[in-house]
Amino acid sequence: MDFTLSKEHEMARSLFREFAEKEVKPLAQEVDETEVFPRETVEKMAKLGFLGIPVPKEYGGQGCDPLTYAMCVEELSKVCGTTGVIVSAHTSLCCDPIMTYGTEEQKQKYLVPLAKGEKLGAFGLTEPGAGTDAQGQQTKAVLEGDEWVLNGSKCFITNGKEADVYVIFAITGTVEKRGRMQKEISAFIVEKGTPGFTFGTKEKKMGIRGSSTYELIFTDCRIPKDNMLGQQGKGFNIAMHTLDGGRIGIASQALGLAEGALENTVAYVKERKQFGRAIGAFQNTQFQLADMATKVEAAQLLVYKAAMAKATQKVYSVEAAKAKLYAAEVAMEVTTKAVQLHGGYGYIREYDVERMMRDAKITEIYEGTSEVQRMVISGALLK
Amino acid sequence: MNLEEYKGVYVFAQQVDNEVSSIAFELLGKAKDLAKDLNTEVTAVLIGSGIKGLADQLAEYGADKVIVVDDPELKDYRTEPYAHALASVINKYKPEIMLVGATAIGRDLGPRVSARVATGLTADCTVLEIGDFPLQPTPGQEQLHNQLLMTRPAFGGNTIATIACPYNRPQMATVRAGVMQKITPIKGAKANVEEFNPGFTPDNKYVEILDIVKSVAETVDIMDAKILVSGGRGVGSPENFKILEDLAEVLGGTVSCSRAVVDSGWKPKDLQVGQTGKTVRPNVYFAIGISGAIQHVAGMEESDIIVAINKDADAPIFDVADYGVVGDLNKIVPKLTEALKAEIAAAKA
Amino acid sequence: MKIVVCVKQVPDTAGGVKFNPDGTLDRGAMLTIMNPDDKAGLEAALRLKDQYGAEVTVVTMGLPKAEEVLREAMAMGADKGVLVTDRVLGGADTWATSTTLAGAIRNLDYDLIITGRQAIDGDTAQVGPQISEHLNIPVISYAQDIKIEGDSVVVERQYEDRYHVVKAKMPCLITALSELNEPRYMTPGGIFDAYKQEITVWGRADLKDVDDANLGLKGSPTKIAKASDKVRKGAGEKVSLDPDESVSYIVDKLKVKHVI
Repeated sequence: MDFTLSKEHEMARSLFREFAEKEVKPLAQEVDETEVFPRETVEKMAKLGFLGIPVPKEYGGQGCDPLTYAMCVEELSKVCGTTGVIVSAHTSLCCDPIMTYGTEEQKQKYLVPLAKGEKLGAFGLTEPGAGTDAQGQQTKAVLEGDEWVLNGSKCFITNGKEADVYVIFAITGTVEKRGRMQKEISAFIVEKGTPGFTFGTKEKKMGIRGSSTYELIFTDCRIPKDNMLGQQGKGFNIAMHTLDGGRIGIASQALGLAEGALENTVAYVKERKQFGRAIGAFQNTQFQLADMATKVEAAQLLVYKAAMAKATQKVYSVEAAKAKLYAAEVAMEVTTKAVQLHGGYGYIREYDVERMMRDAKITEIYEGTSEVQRMVISGALLK
Repeated sequence: MNLEEYKGVYVFAQQVDNEVSSIAFELLGKAKDLAKDLNTEVTAVLIGSGIKGLADQLAEYGADKVIVVDDPELKDYRTEPYAHALASVINKYKPEIMLVGATAIGRDLGPRVSARVATGLTADCTVLEIGDFPLQPTPGQEQLHNQLLMTRPAFGGNTIATIACPYNRPQMATVRAGVMQKITPIKGAKANVEEFNPGFTPDNKYVEILDIVKSVAETVDIMDAKILVSGGRGVGSPENFKILEDLAEVLGGTVSCSRAVVDSGWKPKDLQVGQTGKTVRPNVYFAIGISGAIQHVAGMEESDIIVAINKDADAPIFDVADYGVVGDLNKIVPKLTEALKAEIAAAKA
Repeated sequence: MKIVVCVKQVPDTAGGVKFNPDGTLDRGAMLTIMNPDDKAGLEAALRLKDQYGAEVTVVTMGLPKAEEVLREAMAMGADKGVLVTDRVLGGADTWATSTTLAGAIRNLDYDLIITGRQAIDGDTAQVGPQISEHLNIPVISYAQDIKIEGDSVVVERQYEDRYHVVKAKMPCLITALSELNEPRYMTPGGIFDAYKQEITVWGRADLKDVDDANLGLKGSPTKIAKASDKVRKGAGEKVSLDPDESVSYIVDKLKVKHVI
C-alpha cells in the first residue's frame, strides 16, 4: 500500500492550488458579501477544462480520474466554498449521470458542451416535501405524443438559474412493489429557456452565499420524449447512484474548507500575540491544532479512498457515505475551532475563517445529511 | 592566455542620445579606487556616433584615458556593433578589469562580449574590491593576489556571494546603478584620448531598428519604486494621505498602502502592499500608521531599510522595522518632510 | 516554424522564502517552480504557435528532477522536451551553462530561440545573450512584444526610458520579460498527457561542438570566493521621542544609509 500521490496528481494539485490562490481567493470575500455568482471565475475554469475533469476526452472533457476531480474541488474550497460547490454540482450531479446513463445523442448534445464548460449543469431532485425522503416526489411527467409534460417544483437547487442544463426527476407512474403501490420515478434532461420552466425565489443562505440556490418551477413544461435520461422508472436508482458520486464532491468541498481553516489558523497563531508571546506558544493552541490536523488528514484519506473507489468499483456508496460523513463533520469541527483560536477576530468578516465556518455547515446537510450517511453505512453493515 | 599582459581598469562609458549615462560616472568613481589599489590607470571606453566631445566629461569624472570608437553604425544601441566595438577594444588593449553598468544596455552587451572574449562575467555587483583568491590561504591551491572580488546579491536578495575570475582576463562585472559613488568632478581635467575603429561590416547579427519610442511617464508601479511611503488605517482619512505624498515627493518616492486603506476605498488596489496586494522590495520603506499584520509584512519585509512610525508601541510592524519611531504620525511626518527638504537642498548647494 | 525555449527550474523565492532557525535559507523546504521570465518566454512561443503554427521544443539543463519543468511546459502546450543532465555539467557558471545549452541546441532545428531574461535564483540575465554568441545568431534582449513578419521577427525591445522596435532575420534569439504576457495555466488533461510523452535526455556525449574545458565547475571562469545567506533581519531599533527628536533620528539614519 502506497500513500504517495503520482507525479501527475501532484502537478494537478499544484495547478488547482495556483489557480485557487490567484483567481479565486481574491474574490472569495466579495462573493460571500455580495452573494453574486462568480461568473467570471466559472468562465476561467471552463477555459482550463475544470468543468469536465473526469469526462472522457471524446466528450470534450479532460479524461482524468475522479481523484483529480476531487482534488480540484478540494483546492478550490480551501479558499472559497462557493466555487467548490459550483464545480461539484455541475460535474457530479449533471455531467456524471449524463455520462453514465445518457444515449450517444444526449452525450453529444449535452455532455460535450457541459464538459467544455460552454454550459453549466444542475440537478433537481429535492422538493419542499421530499428532502431526505426522496420517494416523496410530487413533480409529475406525463407523456403526450412526442413530449413529456412536466408539472411541479424543485427547491434548494444549486447552480439554479445560472445553469443551462438540468437533470430533473419526476413521477412517471406507479408500480407495484412487494404488494405495495410505489411511485415510479424517471430522470429527464431539461434545458433552461424551455417554455414552462421558470425560477422561483433565490434563497438567502447562511454560507456558500455566492452559489446560486433557486426554486425550479415547471408549469406544463414540454420537453422532447428523447430527453428522458436512462430507462423509464429507473429514476430513483439514477438519483441514488448520482448522489454517491456527488457525495465525493461534497466530501472534497468539506475537506477543502477544513484544510483552509487549518492553514489560516496556523498562520494566525504564529502572528497573534497575547501575554507577550505568540498564541501558538500556548499548549492549548498546540493541542487543538494537533487534533485539527489529525482529523483533516484522516478525512483526506477517506475522501481520496472514495474517489479511487469510484474509479475502480461499480458500487462505492459506502465509501462515499463515510467520506462525506466524516469530512463534513471534520469541516464543521475544524472551522469552529479555527474561529475560536482566532478569538474576536474569528467572528468578524475580514478573517476568512468566519466565512469558512458558515460555509462548512451545509456540507453536513446537502446531498444527504449526516444522518442519511449513517443510514447508508449502517445499512451495509447490517445487510 | 597570458594574464600578465592584461593591465588597467576599463569602464564602458555608456551614452544614450550622445549624453553620458550617470552609471558611467559611478563606474569611473569605483574604477579610480580599484586602479589606485592596483597602481594602474582608469580607461573609459566611449562607443557611439559623433561622441568624441564627451571625452572631457569622462576625464572630469576620473578617466585617465578615453578610447573612442566612433562610427555611424553605432548611432543607437544595437547589440552586435557595440559588442564588436567593445570586444575589439578588449582584444587590442587587454584590460585587467572591465566594468559595465547593469543597465538594459549593459546587461545585454556584457554577456555577449564576455562570451566573445571567453571570460567570466559577474552580474549586478554591489561591492567591488581588490583582494586575494582564495580569500584565505588554502593548502594545495595557490593564493592569487590583486584579484577583483565581486560581491552580488542572489536568490532575490536572500543570499550574498563574492565571486572572482582568477584564471581569465579581463575580469568583467556589471554593476548596479546607484550603488557606486561618483567623484566630485575635476573641472578642466583632460584625458589622453585615443580613437580606435575596428571596422564594421553589417551581417545577419546587425538588427534593424524600425522605430524608437520614448516613454512618457506612466503611472508608477510600486514594485519598481526605490522609495515607498506606505500608509495604513492609522493615517485616518484619504485627505490625510497628502502628508505622505509630500514626503514621497521630497524623496522621489511613491505612495503605497495597506489593505485596510484599499478596503476603506481610500486608495486603489494597485497601490496595496501585502499578500493580497503586491510584494515590494524598495531601498527604503516607510510604514506609516501601519500596524503590520502578517499579510502586510509578507509583502514588504525584504525592503532594504524599513522605517516605521506608529503610535502603538506594541504594533507588530516594529518587529520588522530597522528604525521604529513610536509617536504621532500627524506631528512627525510633516516635520520630517520639511527636514528632508532642507537636507537635500543643503546637499545640492 | 520551429521554436526552442530554454527554461530553468528554480526555488520559489517570491513570497515563499523559508529560513532555518539560524536565519539561513532553507532550500530543501522551498518549492521549485519554472522560472517566471522563462515561463513568459514559453507563453510567447505558445502564442506564436497558436497564431502562426509552430513546433515548440523546451530545453532545460539541471538535475534529473528538472524533468518536472519540461512536463509542466508540455502540459501548457509545448510539443517536445529535452533534459540536459550530467554530473560533469554541475556547478556551471553562466559561461559554462550557455556553452552547454548551445551544444544541445546545435542538435536541434530552430528558427527562433526564446529564453527568459533572467532567473530569479541567479538574476544574471547572461545565459540568453551568451547562447546567441556561441551560436553566432542575433540576440534581442528584454522583449516586451514579439511578432513574426515573413522570415524575420519584429520585437519591441525595452530600455529604461524607451523601447526600440527591432527587426531581425531568423534564426534569432530573444530574451523575454515576465511582463511580456500572462502565462497560461496547464490543463488537467494536459498534465496527464505530458507524463505519457517521452522526454529526450542528453548527457555530455550528446553535446555538439563543445570543449570539456568549457563545461561544469572546472570550465567556469568565475569562481565563488564566499557565499553566505543573508541573515533575515529581526526587529531593529525602536525609539519613543518627541516629534522633533523623532525627525532628527530618522534623518540621521537616512544619512548614515546614504539615502540622502
